[in-house]
Amino acid sequence: MSQTAGTADKARRDWRATLRQIAQSSPLTVVLAIVVALVVSAILIAAADSEVQRTAGNLLSQPGDFFAAVGSKVGRAYSALFQGAVVNFSGGNAAGFFKPLTNTVSYSVPLIFAGLGLGIGFRAGLFNIGGQGQIIFGAILCGYAGFAWHLPAGLHLIVCVVLAFLGGAAWGFIPGILRAKTGANEVIVTIMLNSIAAYFLGWILTQTAFKKEGSNNPVSPVVDASARFPALGGTRANLGFILALLAALGVWWIMERSTLGFSIRAVGANPDAARTAGLSVATATVWTMVLAGGLAGLAATSQLLSTSSQQLNAGIAGSYGVDAITVALLGRSKSGGIVAAGLLFGGLKAGGYLMQATTNTPIDVILVLQSVIVLLIAAPPLVRSIFRLPDDDRAKKKAIKKALRATRTEVAA
Amino acid sequence: MSALTVPTTGPLALAKPLQPINWKQPIALTALTVLVLGLLTALTTTGAKSVIAFDTGLTSLGRPTLTVPTRATVVVLGLLALLVTAYSWWATATRRKKGAWVPIVAGTLLVAAFLVWAVGGKGQPLQFTALLSGALFLSVPLVFGALSGCVCEHVGVINVSIEGQLLAGAFLAGVIGSATGNAWLGLICAPLAGALIGALLALFAVRYWVDHIIVGVVLNVLVTGLTSYLFSTVMQTNSGTFMRSVSLPKVSLPLLSQIPVLGPILFRQNVLTYIMFIAVVALQVYLFRSRWGLRMRACGEHPKAADTVGIKVNRTRIRNTILGGAIAGLGGAYFTVAAGLAFGKEMSAGRGYIALAAMILGGWKPKGAIAAALLFGFADNLQGALGVVGVAIPSQFMLMAPYLVTIFAVAGIVGKVRPPAQEGTAYKE
Repeated sequence: MSQTAGTADKARRDWRATLRQIAQSSPLTVVLAIVVALVVSAILIAAADSEVQRTAGNLLSQPGDFFAAVGSKVGRAYSALFQGAVVNFSGGNAAGFFKPLTNTVSYSVPLIFAGLGLGIGFRAGLFNIGGQGQIIFGAILCGYAGFAWHLPAGLHLIVCVVLAFLGGAAWGFIPGILRAKTGANEVIVTIMLNSIAAYFLGWILTQTAFKKEGSNNPVSPVVDASARFPALGGTRANLGFILALLAALGVWWIMERSTLGFSIRAVGANPDAARTAGLSVATATVWTMVLAGGLAGLAATSQLLSTSSQQLNAGIAGSYGVDAITVALLGRSKSGGIVAAGLLFGGLKAGGYLMQATTNTPIDVILVLQSVIVLLIAAPPLVRSIFRLPDDDRAKKKAIKKALRATRTEVAA
Repeated sequence: MSALTVPTTGPLALAKPLQPINWKQPIALTALTVLVLGLLTALTTTGAKSVIAFDTGLTSLGRPTLTVPTRATVVVLGLLALLVTAYSWWATATRRKKGAWVPIVAGTLLVAAFLVWAVGGKGQPLQFTALLSGALFLSVPLVFGALSGCVCEHVGVINVSIEGQLLAGAFLAGVIGSATGNAWLGLICAPLAGALIGALLALFAVRYWVDHIIVGVVLNVLVTGLTSYLFSTVMQTNSGTFMRSVSLPKVSLPLLSQIPVLGPILFRQNVLTYIMFIAVVALQVYLFRSRWGLRMRACGEHPKAADTVGIKVNRTRIRNTILGGAIAGLGGAYFTVAAGLAFGKEMSAGRGYIALAAMILGGWKPKGAIAAALLFGFADNLQGALGVVGVAIPSQFMLMAPYLVTIFAVAGIVGKVRPPAQEGTAYKE
């Protein structure tokens, strides 16, 4: 009798412990953060709608109209966001149905590349804001090889990809070596290098070697067809995505399985301890920045060697340098996380464009969505207090108290 | 016990091991001076004259122009720079403490030589007064941003969200100024927007111990998204209300603006520039000479010690982070009500990050920050001024120059600057 009661009690305790664990685990934090972010964005979307504003005037006399207007606007916007990012219900055949997903994949590629680069930096304790400049230098080399050299298909693509990596790596090497040899703050050096790269790109696009003939705009010729990523099954997604996944795998291997990765992580965790243990902080720093720069440089390939622009222009790096910071943060600087975060942000971008086109909601709201998600995920206690979930510390204290009481009764017995 | 302590003075004092001499500064200055001097002298056409126009600020004197032979002037300025370089060698060799003036004076002389060279043989005079007064105005948001960074970092919070604070300040100042038609109201509201972002930074960084740089970057994205969204929706549909441009007046201070040359540069400025002068002086004193400043810096240098003597570390941090946000927000007013423009998407255009660089380059001090910010403002204005004269150097390279200088500077020419010891760390009471 007492035994069954004890089992039931234990089962209940297990269930409650599991529930608490879920409540404190990060996947739930992520989901709740996304929920809060969607609510915040929904408020913005609704507030800017003229129909909502009109019905808000009669909120007290006809509250039904107001809520209907809010619901309709937010519903349409989010349905467009979903259909632009995941599946299109009115797509007809399978290709049309999954077309949004392939868009998402193609938007996520540069984010994954650059995010991987920045993630390595974070794990080494380096804050690399220089993604922008590294992408630009990757783009300059990659683009030049793409339109100026006429190599056989296949080889041409490989050369372009390698040059994109080298361009970014070279630009990442500068803050790395300065940090290692002179202690120059990498934040400030990378900010400066971003501006320098942008001006350099502006200048080089006015030079005859880079300027498209007969064009008044500062744009380069279009990259040869032989240098482009082949599309995957006739969709917008292309080989670049496979390359991004391979890069993620490679970064995982380097960080988790190689000696270099170990020293990078050791330096990031505690440079003094790493030095004492005989690791070269300088070498690890330089390698980190070279790898980070190279990966950021690869982000340029998805712009130049795929369907999007295929030619160098002043805006080739977009805002990927900064976007990638949020991707790396959301992915917690781990390969898998960065791929997931890149896909999420790529999806928001793809969906955001459809939302902008069909419901007149500016895509800028996506930035709000993204930043609220990252902010909340970084502060789990805040999410817990919003949803009145049990506090981590309090739960621990309770457990300790309970254990103490149990010991006391045992001793007494 | 006392017998064991080593006397630090007197005949028994042990010689302290000397640090190896750091030769970076004299070497870099020599290389730079010789390069500039050689290049400019070689590139000057013989007999060319440089014309520089001044606005004296006095109607009786008008706008005199100074005509000098280009090559001779370049050589003289270069030799003066060499003199400063020689001092740097001597001071380094004798282990004397070199002031920050050494690279500043040498740099100024070289820039002057460059300017004289650039306008040499051109018909157009270089408008000296306009060049400098414009540079001062362009540096206003950078100075406010850098001051904000100083306040936050001395209290132990890294403020990367200067960019967002500037943008928020610009937004609210522009919107309020336009809606009310009163630029002053806009100016008053700008710090509120910045303070709000500062409060968010404090909430996440101090209260929830989130990495300061992460919060800063994400807040920048948040403000960019929010202001761009509101711009594309509410503001553009009601452009008559929200997108009118109002402007703070330009004020000539009586007497001061009559000082020849200096008056028109410093004292015929926008109201916001005068506020900036006051803010720099006030903060320099406030940070390093007041009880508040001492407490703030204690929280940034050694929070445990500060806590022990009864300073509420986290409360001090939160208050001063909000104050820092307000300062940057005030600087944001530059883009809209001070420049006389309506708000535009992402109009702060990365100045917040440059301000961050100016703060570091200025050694975490208000007076250093204003010097570094002026450098950036000067470079920004230079391309316009030289474009008018018709100089053949691609403008992109001119624009790059201050960023290159900054890299050289942080790599060791200026000397080691030290951030507050415990910046970016959470204090758990």
